Formats: sequence, structure tokens, C-alpha cells
Amino acid sequence: MQAGRADDGLGPNSDIGARLRALYGSVQDEGVPDQLLDLLEKLDNAEAAQVDAQKGKSARGGE
Amino acid sequence: MAENKDVTGEPTTFKREMLATLPSLRAFAVSLTGKHDKADDLVQDTVMKAWAKQSSFEMGTNIKAWLFTILRNEFYSQMRKRGREVQDSDGAFTERLSVHPAQYGSMDMQDFKKALAQLPDDQREAVILIGASGFSYEEAAEICSCAIGTMKSRVSRARTRLQDILQVTGEADYGPDAVSTQVTTHNHSF
Repeated sequence: MQAGRADDGLGPNSDIGARLRALYGSVQDEGVPDQLLDLLEKLDNAEAAQVDAQKGKSARGGE
Repeated sequence: MAENKDVTGEPTTFKREMLATLPSLRAFAVSLTGKHDKADDLVQDTVMKAWAKQSSFEMGTNIKAWLFTILRNEFYSQMRKRGREVQDSDGAFTERLSVHPAQYGSMDMQDFKKALAQLPDDQREAVILIGASGFSYEEAAEICSCAIGTMKSRVSRARTRLQDILQVTGEADYGPDAVSTQVTTHNHSF
């Protein structure tokens, strides 16, 4: 438990806290949908391609 | 799957840290929108925003809080654009859960979801950020752009309200009034 959290009433012995975490955890445990993973992959690949293109330019003495 | 490498040859940290945060970010999105499909759209918009702004993110600082801030701002800005009337009136987590929390009976969790939905938006997000997402008061206050004291009071009011609705306390609650309490709760339930 983090410092200063003892009084929030949502700790390990709290019924409300436990239910909140159970509900939240049930969504977390569903995993990440493929479409989101694909999006991240595309963004990362697009960026890598851009970086490569810039490297190519500077190698040819451009910019 | 091919990983892009940064200059040190490691898979890009930004992407890796973003991936690690997605399940929690998505759970927060579900708590805000009340629907899985809307939540996934919101997370998708957030990922694109965050990616475009990644130069403004300082590596080594709290990426989770940064992403939650972007998602929350995005949610409220979309709400303002669309108008509140299109917001799902049921509130948080009301959709049927595909994975049911094992330690609670389904009626028990339905009641809890209804109770959460009765909270004002600011109190609901406060109690979720502190109680479930695992943020400190300082981080949660930063995410919601409010003072730490405001965050503490929202959490406290949310917790009291939830306890009132559910007739529970942190500890066992079988005092002399337990029976009349149950009757009262039953009369007020809907």
C-alpha cells in the first residue's frame, strides 16, 4: 500500500475496494483486441519507415 | 512479429510501455463510456493522439498517467462535441461482462454496478482511478486536472455513497439493525 493511502477506505480490507478491483480486473483480463494491437503495429512501422527515409536522405547529403 | 529497434537496439520503449498500459487504459475507458465498443473506439483515438504527441512525452516519467490523461480529455471533448444526450445513461460498467469476477455472485456484482452508475461522473472516475487503476491521489488529481484535496474529497464522498447504497462498511456489517437495513435496501432497490 502506498504512503498516505491508509485512510482512503479502498485498501485490501475494504469491501468497496475489492469489488471495484474485481470489476476493473474483469475488463483488464479480457485482453487487448487485435484491432488495437494492429493499430499500434502500423503506427510503429510507419514511424520506422519514416526514420529510414530520413536516414537515406542524410546519407545522400540531403537536408 | 518484427519489432522496430531504437538506437540502442532495444524494441522501442514507447510502444512497449504503451502495450503494457493498454489493458488498464481500456478498463478505465469502459468505466467512462459504459460500453465496450465505445471504449475500444476511445482507446483507439487515444493511441493515435498519444503516438502523434510522443515527442512531448518524457521517457522515464509516468506513461500510464500520461495516457489516462489523454484518454480522459479525449472522452470529455467528444462528449462536449456530441452533446450529453447521446451519452449512455446507464453509466459505468453496465454492459454485461464477458468475464465475470469469480469471487462475486452475479447479483452481487449487478448491484455494485448499479450503485457505481448512481455516482456523479467526477466521483465515479475518482474512486476508480484511486481504488482500481492504482494511481496515487497526486497522479489522479493530475489526470483530472484538480487539486489533491478535491480528489480526496471526491473519493471519500464516492465511498460513503457506495456504502450507503450497498449498506456495507469496510468490515462485517451485522449489527442489531441488519434486518431492518435489508428491508430498507430492498424497498429502495430498482
